Amino acid sequence: MALLEIRNLHARIEDKEILKGVNLTVNAGEVHAIMGPNGSGKSTLASVLAGREDYEVTEGEVLYDGKNLLEMEADERAREGVFLAFQYPVELPGVNMATFLREALKAIREHRGLPPLEPAEFLRLLKEKAELVGLDPSLKQRSVNEGFSGGEKKRSEIFQLALLEPRLAILDETDSGLDIDALRTVADGVNKLRSHDRAFIVITHYQRLLNYIVPDYVHVMVDGRIVRSGDKNLALELEEKGYDWIREEIGLPA
Amino acid sequence: MATLTATSTRPEARFLHAFELQADTALNGSNAHLTTLRRKAIARFEALGFPGRKAEAWKYTPITRTLQHTYTIQPVPPLPKLSQADLAQAAIPELDAYWVVLVNGQFIPELSTPATALPQGVILTSLQHAAQAYPELFTTYFAQKLDYESDPFLALNLAFARDGFFLYLPPQTALDRPVHVVHWIEVDEDLFLQPHHVVVVAQEASLQLLYSGHSRSAARTFTNAVTELYIGRGAQVAHYDLRLENNTASGIYSTQAYLEQESQYTNHTLTLDGALVRNNVQVRFEGEAGEAHLYGLFLGRGTMHIDNHTMIDHAVPNCVSNELYKGILDDASTGVFNGKVLVRPHAQKTNAYQSNKSIVLTETARMYAKPELEIYADDVRCTHGAACGQLNEEGIFYLRARGLTVQKARALMLLAFARDVLDQIAVAPLRAYLDDLVAQRFGA
Repeated sequence: MALLEIRNLHARIEDKEILKGVNLTVNAGEVHAIMGPNGSGKSTLASVLAGREDYEVTEGEVLYDGKNLLEMEADERAREGVFLAFQYPVELPGVNMATFLREALKAIREHRGLPPLEPAEFLRLLKEKAELVGLDPSLKQRSVNEGFSGGEKKRSEIFQLALLEPRLAILDETDSGLDIDALRTVADGVNKLRSHDRAFIVITHYQRLLNYIVPDYVHVMVDGRIVRSGDKNLALELEEKGYDWIREEIGLPA
Repeated sequence: MATLTATSTRPEARFLHAFELQADTALNGSNAHLTTLRRKAIARFEALGFPGRKAEAWKYTPITRTLQHTYTIQPVPPLPKLSQADLAQAAIPELDAYWVVLVNGQFIPELSTPATALPQGVILTSLQHAAQAYPELFTTYFAQKLDYESDPFLALNLAFARDGFFLYLPPQTALDRPVHVVHWIEVDEDLFLQPHHVVVVAQEASLQLLYSGHSRSAARTFTNAVTELYIGRGAQVAHYDLRLENNTASGIYSTQAYLEQESQYTNHTLTLDGALVRNNVQVRFEGEAGEAHLYGLFLGRGTMHIDNHTMIDHAVPNCVSNELYKGILDDASTGVFNGKVLVRPHAQKTNAYQSNKSIVLTETARMYAKPELEIYADDVRCTHGAACGQLNEEGIFYLRARGLTVQKARALMLLAFARDVLDQIAVAPLRAYLDDLVAQRFGA
């Protein structure tokens, strides 16, 4: 059974249809990259999978581990092991990072039938995971994302991923706003988290990230559909030729 | 006859009648100065009357309707027997404090820190005892600056007040721990209480004063309380005022602070419970280089009505005032914030900041905010901001996307909202206690 099975997914926000029949199968252990021009629906797909309520699914289905994902609330999906690394992590002044992560980990562990970690063990884990992405562990005393630089915010998302150990991780343009060193650190972190029972969907605008996180599959999304799939070479081709040739091939105006 | 009936049902009439009936006991006969003052006050109250529906200062708070209720007006309220164990509920864990207990507005010496345990020269006693034992000191301060000419509730309190606490700190005295005043309400019949407190902090002395109000009654009460604070030159006062009464307790809590040169006053008014609560915090700078910080947190639930009126009178140049009030209104509760800043014509180099932020959680909760800046000097810096909104949905989604339930996510967000007021509390055990109370309230 596939970990994730998206069938003919249609979604809209207000009256605007954005996803127009997405099909995608992701197996545990795989890394899928989804590329595509601005406005093609990549981030919408991530949001719909994570359970953002602004979007209305009008058609199709999504099976996660055989269960109907679309019937679950956002927090239920997270506890089931779906993780979205946000493109724009929101700043939450006054919400202490350590408190937030302790609650998140507690909720997820409880769902898995595990007791909460002892405080010392939790702190040790925070330190270990922070080092994985080159984050200063003192960030646990700060408010969630508050005053974090763009790079720190992205690292913090991967840090949370490492801590919460999801089965399906969706990275929504995690590379945007990162300089080359930060990009490499973040990619190293992700690579260390790759495993046979975890899948990644890496949404990106540029091929650059895929030099570091080498995908098993590359999909091209245009106008709300996945119009082409291939291996990592497809990303190189896109880098070279841009997206217009695909639009032309599928009969859309460039 | 019809006219007479109409007049006698006005709530004011009940108070005027009670005053005449109780004149002998309520007037503290031995003190001629007090007798005259009380006569003046009741006359003033009669002339002013309770605020009508058009009174601007009471626009959003139906005080006169609340006062239609027939409360018993007694000079000496009944005194239930309370033990230390009863009062343990009012104690703040880990807080070592000088302890004052008032029950139904009356000072209870047996439950309070004895005078012998206080540092030399410090007076911490009942208002009544202070009037008798320290007549000169008492007369110098009691009601000397109280604006009962224009405020009917101050006039009413002055006419009736018999007890409360009196605290005097001599010059250059720094108490080694806070003073915790517990006001405990426990009554069997609906009662009108009017305690009156006087705090005198002489020059360069410093005080941490915590006042917490509690109630344990099914009967309704209305407390019309007055606290006068005289803060001497270079003195420092941190004042924590906690409303923890239950939903049968309404009241008007008027605090008037007078600041001499180079003094500092910090007021934290935290309203977590009650029925109808009106907090009046008034600060007047009377000497240059004074500093006042006013923090407020109000959490409405049920049909609570919480009205915060602040007034900062920059009567002299070179003073700084800073206000931060935050409210969270749930269920069908109502919040009001009215922040007045008056900068008088010669009060140059004034710095005044005011911020009020509220979250309204339901369709039936209400928030009314009104900044009121009256600036008559030209070389001043004054800013104010008011914002009212809902919880940050994007923030809630972020927390839920990490597995937190919607209840937990809301709780963390609400606690975070309250955090910057709670963080201003300098007494660590008190801050921890309130952190817990607020977290429990929201289920964090």
